Amino acid sequence: MEKSNNEITMEKLLAELENLKAKTTQLENSAKKDQLSIAIISGDMDKIMAGMIISLAAAAMDTKVKLFFSFWGLAALRDPKKTVKGKNFVSKMFGCMLPKGYGKLKLSKHNMCGMGPMMMKNLMKKQHVLSLDEMFKEAAELGIEITACEMTMNLMGFKKEEFIDYPHFRIAGAATFVADAGESAMQWMI
Amino acid sequence: MTTEELKNLTVAKSVDARGTACPGPLLEAKKAIGTIQSGEILEVLSADEGTKNDLPKWCNKQGNEFLGMVEENGYYKLYLKKK
Repeated sequence: MEKSNNEITMEKLLAELENLKAKTTQLENSAKKDQLSIAIISGDMDKIMAGMIISLAAAAMDTKVKLFFSFWGLAALRDPKKTVKGKNFVSKMFGCMLPKGYGKLKLSKHNMCGMGPMMMKNLMKKQHVLSLDEMFKEAAELGIEITACEMTMNLMGFKKEEFIDYPHFRIAGAATFVADAGESAMQWMI
Repeated sequence: MTTEELKNLTVAKSVDARGTACPGPLLEAKKAIGTIQSGEILEVLSADEGTKNDLPKWCNKQGNEFLGMVEENGYYKLYLKKK
């Protein structure tokens, strides 16, 4: 009896093969994609810049990049040329207090009432660093995806009509970020 | 590759990224690599010292072969072969 149990039969081999196949598929499905997911919750010029520079470098290396803008980060996506009507008082207040677009962001340190960002922009030009405007254009060309967080948009009274025209733009919730981040080899928060 | 060998390479395309800082040279390289054939050589000029480290890493990731670099007066010439 024992002998026949240890015998290698075709059926056993085939069953083992099926087993292995199932395991491989399972592993393949759970493998991390060559993808970078960043949750950008800060609205400071330096932090947005850091996020964009890293994203561009990753995209240049053919890594798929997905950016999730939330809270203060949303202000960077506002288009200064667009105005929307029908906002309530609190939303209007938020709109007034927060920077209108990536061109108007403050530095997280040494902002000095706007002197800091001005000096930073001059320095960037001198050192041939891409401006945020150019970075967003490059990002669009490289297919970097931008998602605006719906819940914080509602919280701060931002409407999608006041955001920049960006080709790979969508509005979604936290679950989208969690799902994207879950399959990404790199997940960060700025 | 030795400096002499690098200087004697037949370059299919040369891209001047000296007017842009990190990650500009990588973006330029990515744009240029699409315009040349497999096995051809791309030359990247960069004044950004970080490119010396970044471009080999980029090549590694993309599967292209980094051949080496020549230091010129205030900038670098980097060579890579498209896979």
